[in-house]
Amino acid sequence: MRILKLLPLLLLAACQGASDQTDTEKQVEVFTWWTSGSEATALETVLDAYRGAYPEVDLINASVAGGGGSAARPILQTRLLGGNPPDSWQTHHGAELMEYYVNPDFVASLRDLYEAEGWYELFAPSLIDMVSRDGEPYLVILNLHRSNTLWYNKPLLAEHGVVIGDSLSLEELLGIAELLQSANIPAMCMGDTGIWATGIMFENTLVGTVGPERYLGLWDGTVSFTDPDVMAAIENYGRLLDYQNADHAALSWDQAAKKLGDGDCAFYSMGDWVYGELIQNGLEENVDFGWVAHPGSDGTFLLVTDGFTLAKGAPNPTEALELLRIMGDRVVQEDFNLIKGSICARTDCDRSRFGPYLQWSMDKYAEGAAVPTVIHGSAAPPAFQQALNDALTNFVVQRDPLAFAETLAREARAAGFGQ
Amino acid sequence: MVNPHWLVRNKGLLFLLPSLLLTAIFVYGFIGTSFFYSLTNWRTLAVDLSLRDPLWQTYTDMLAMPRFQADLRNTLVFTVLFIGLAVGIGLGLAILLDRQIAGRGFFRSAFLFPYALSFIVTGVVWRWIFNPETGINLFFDILGINQVLESAGMRPLSPGWTTDPEVVLSVNQVLAHALPGGATFQIEWGIPVALIPIAIAATWQLSGFVMAMYLGGLGGISRQVRDAARIDGAGEFRMYRSVIIPMLTPITISTAIILLHVSLKIFDLVFAMSGVGPGFATDVPAIFVFEMMFKAARYNLGAAASIVMLIASCLIIVPYLVHTFRSRET
Repeated sequence: MRILKLLPLLLLAACQGASDQTDTEKQVEVFTWWTSGSEATALETVLDAYRGAYPEVDLINASVAGGGGSAARPILQTRLLGGNPPDSWQTHHGAELMEYYVNPDFVASLRDLYEAEGWYELFAPSLIDMVSRDGEPYLVILNLHRSNTLWYNKPLLAEHGVVIGDSLSLEELLGIAELLQSANIPAMCMGDTGIWATGIMFENTLVGTVGPERYLGLWDGTVSFTDPDVMAAIENYGRLLDYQNADHAALSWDQAAKKLGDGDCAFYSMGDWVYGELIQNGLEENVDFGWVAHPGSDGTFLLVTDGFTLAKGAPNPTEALELLRIMGDRVVQEDFNLIKGSICARTDCDRSRFGPYLQWSMDKYAEGAAVPTVIHGSAAPPAFQQALNDALTNFVVQRDPLAFAETLAREARAAGFGQ
Repeated sequence: MVNPHWLVRNKGLLFLLPSLLLTAIFVYGFIGTSFFYSLTNWRTLAVDLSLRDPLWQTYTDMLAMPRFQADLRNTLVFTVLFIGLAVGIGLGLAILLDRQIAGRGFFRSAFLFPYALSFIVTGVVWRWIFNPETGINLFFDILGINQVLESAGMRPLSPGWTTDPEVVLSVNQVLAHALPGGATFQIEWGIPVALIPIAIAATWQLSGFVMAMYLGGLGGISRQVRDAARIDGAGEFRMYRSVIIPMLTPITISTAIILLHVSLKIFDLVFAMSGVGPGFATDVPAIFVFEMMFKAARYNLGAAASIVMLIASCLIIVPYLVHTFRSRET
């Protein structure tokens, strides 16, 4: 009964809100999950570029905190299903883009923009393929992160007489881990309060053990998760888990990065968002920390991207397209990536502006086979991504490789791509 | 045409109609919709309302998931731990305060204060208290307990609290013998150690509320009853055990029911304190629903889990309501 009394008031408030909206000048709303330190600063460089070009447009930055979009996506999902989309939002390439947004018809094709700006020549064809369906691109990619990097604390290893060359095999890594264990130092840094962090180590070990071709086969159904090679990868991953820091379940991924910097553990198998974190903690690349491809994955580039869409039926399509055009600009991409700690999606960025690690990453991207990440939603549908996270949560405790492999095989069939 | 006289005679119904309508739509309508979704093929963002074949497949799949089995176990263990602790401590506090001790008013408010906080706040605070690196484990060092243990040749105390994946007092063997198909459980049925800190935090928050309920009940017991017990030669302990606590049974039942629906639906405290926990040691059905709906976009599975939660609540609440209505009529 009380709510009935309130109803007219609520209606009044709603009308008020609606009339406010029509009163204001032009606006555009962009939805991201970049809210923390370097991410937010990096995003601001893009937004500032837009504000500089269009001071009369009211740019609404609707960011929701939470790594990998874990908190943002539920809100976005509700808005999309409720028919109230933001003009543009952040997403990863591949399955996440296709399953969440292209299949249900929430996004508009960007082909005209790509053609007008000559982007078909300026972005790598393999990258454009990953954001396209039937020749229509649906995403402007802002940056490329490499997921399969093994970071190490240089002074700590030097103290124990270990020097890492250009590449490191799994057996070498395990040998060093044994050596460190006798000195009571955990070799592998981990912080898996968010289970995806150990997922990165699993996916890196998987691609490092089975190689890029068979890894891709897992997602098109030509390779099964119970394949002997995959079983070997699961065993290898289990061996690395044995050398983790004991408090891994209480730490987040960035706290583990701090542990690496402090020399409380030696190696960290993690994407290069760690690079930004280490630099922010005041460490110097090639002096305080070094890096190498995760064992076995030298020729592979596990790709994590961030890109932006155009909503189908966007409230402000003209302004949103301009924002996307600015995101694809060379200088904007350079400025953004220098802060974000990633490399440009465009191929013509000025590499001299970037430091040694990012230059290494550019070289690896240019020469290596780029494969999609499953942990960040590019390789498989969201239902499988969740199932993998759940299976990992169990495996980390129970260590039953066969049950793990069989669960993944079953979930892959349920998600419609496994054999 | 509705006869106007009928409306005049049933004015009451007219006034009730808006709330009946709202309840019908927003409670029962939505329950029905959720149930319907749980039977469909809707497992991506693209809405697909075709019915699954076989119809109950989503439920079958869900009950076979180790994660959901762990959720059911955790709900059961958490409920028992939490209600036992909260009722026991709440009753103890109420009896202490009922005995006219000094500073009674102060303690009554102090014990009730945690109830005013939201579960999210409680969760964040207790997460740090039970953090193995920075929390109460430091006290074991500061107070010298660990030094004593080490000098006695024992290992220092440093429990992992919410990060401990262990499940103690496993009863899988018993279940395998007692239940047909009991050997097929994919999880260990026992007490997940990581759940204990969560039960402690929940108890901290709600034992003040239990105390307030019991204080109300104790106030209703007249002096004569106590005097009569004393005249009959009962000591203080005997008086509470045989007279006062039995007289408080209706309060105990209402309190337990209220706490039960808190524990069956708990989400925010666990979410803030430990999330799903190592090996799903602290996962609960509400978190399962949230992750399946909004992370995996498996709407049918999320809906099915919420229907199971509803049924669990009904199993408790409905008999209680029937009981109250009956006792009111007689």
